Amino acid sequence: MSTRPVTRRNAVLGITAAAATLARPSISRARSAGLVVVVGGGFGGAACARALKRANASLDVTLIDANRVFTACPFSNEVIAGLRDIQLQQFSYDKLAADGVFVVSETATRIDPQQQSVTVEDSTSFFYDRLVLSPGIDFHVEALPGYDDAASEKMPHAWKAGAQTLLLRRQLEAMDDGGTVAIAIPANPSRCPPAPYERASLIAHYLKTKKPRSKVLVLDAKDNFSQQRLFEKAWKELYGDMIERIALSQGGRVTSVDAPTKTIVTEFGNYTPDVANVIPPQRAGHLAQIAGAADATGWCPIDPVTFESKLAPNIHVIGDACLGGGIPKSASAASAQGKACAAAIVSLLAGRAPEAPRLTGVCYTTVAPGYGFSLAGNYRPRGDIFAEVEGGATSPVDAPRELRAREATEAERWFQTITADTFG
Amino acid sequence: MAALINVPAKARRGDVIEIRTLTSHIMETGFRHTADGRLVPRDIITSFTCRYNGTEIFRADLFPAIAANPYLSFFTVAKESGKFEFEWTGDNGYSSTASASITVE
Repeated sequence: MSTRPVTRRNAVLGITAAAATLARPSISRARSAGLVVVVGGGFGGAACARALKRANASLDVTLIDANRVFTACPFSNEVIAGLRDIQLQQFSYDKLAADGVFVVSETATRIDPQQQSVTVEDSTSFFYDRLVLSPGIDFHVEALPGYDDAASEKMPHAWKAGAQTLLLRRQLEAMDDGGTVAIAIPANPSRCPPAPYERASLIAHYLKTKKPRSKVLVLDAKDNFSQQRLFEKAWKELYGDMIERIALSQGGRVTSVDAPTKTIVTEFGNYTPDVANVIPPQRAGHLAQIAGAADATGWCPIDPVTFESKLAPNIHVIGDACLGGGIPKSASAASAQGKACAAAIVSLLAGRAPEAPRLTGVCYTTVAPGYGFSLAGNYRPRGDIFAEVEGGATSPVDAPRELRAREATEAERWFQTITADTFG
Repeated sequence: MAALINVPAKARRGDVIEIRTLTSHIMETGFRHTADGRLVPRDIITSFTCRYNGTEIFRADLFPAIAANPYLSFFTVAKESGKFEFEWTGDNGYSSTASASITVE
């Protein structure tokens, strides 16, 4: 139960005109089972906000995100390869609002763990009993000298879906046949570990069909990667030697870039590709840093049973930003974490002990239209992190094309399901 | 691929320059066993040297705890134009060499 006086919140909300719409009838406040603010409306935050409201309609749930429209990352590699419209990736928060979630389209600028408040750009503050941060990732630009916002306009990362996705697509469309597309891949942890290789595959598909003399150069800060044997088999089958990968131990780690000359510098050489897709090293989203929830690794340590930050009280961190251990940073994992975190918060606010969650993460990869494979894992808290438990499955390396076709169809169905579940 | 070398092609006299090397090697520790219990014999690089126009300027001894594909980077002062020669030696008579040139102005 909220122990916070009603007047305190109303006093702050009274400051601005916009806040008038935020003030609720005192009767609903009196019945509130608690104030929960969720910052970040991606797969994690939106799933959490919705699950909170569904579990207990008398909770006051506010969802804060700078964007009115969410652009999903899963399937955005298809957009880059010209196989899909970006509109299919975009979702509004209207249905969440209809569920009773109070949606605020503003940038959160300040988090005060003592006051238990979040302040947005127009200086409205929102008090909370429990705060959920689902800030996703930011780029660790200090780890990649030469890369900044201006550089990303020449050498797009396309690792947050939206304008960057379309920029990379336009650069591919503008490239002459015979050109080289380089993809710089960072070390783990990073958002969606198999996705850079899916991107290499789908760009190769685009080039094979439209610009067959071109090639894809993968500069990789890792020696081994997720689903490697499945990818390498598919590349050989579908694209011959169109994709060249330089692994860490072959000098593939990118150490800096020079945007004006579009140069990618590795430990042992320089590359000047026609299109440079630079995926920088990553860390928890900026909001986690300002909340004091991120540690020296750049990520957020949590109690895996409740997702409570180990560093900031009454703050929960879900999705890509948290130190999840064995659980990959994916939309599916974020959604599962959002729901589990909601259940924990409902228990905590009611004074009950939360149950340890069992999470499922599934990850579909499409390497060409009609050619997909998948990875599914189950995870439970162990110590400070999530550890994989029995019941996981990965697609077999040797399988008939019918299975690949079926998995490509399942991938599309998975996307329909998770987006309907979260935003529909 | 035997080894990767990164030596600046050009430097000014007196500049401190970074040299990077990476060589492909399994660096088998000698502590692991196969599924049927037999010891996997040690197979590592044990020594690395770098000579600058014939004079040794850097040496490293390597041990089983060093990961596969050893990456070594070190610094020296660019004194004169010429050649860097690199040599790796190890178990089972392993030997590998590489070289790179520098112009000092």
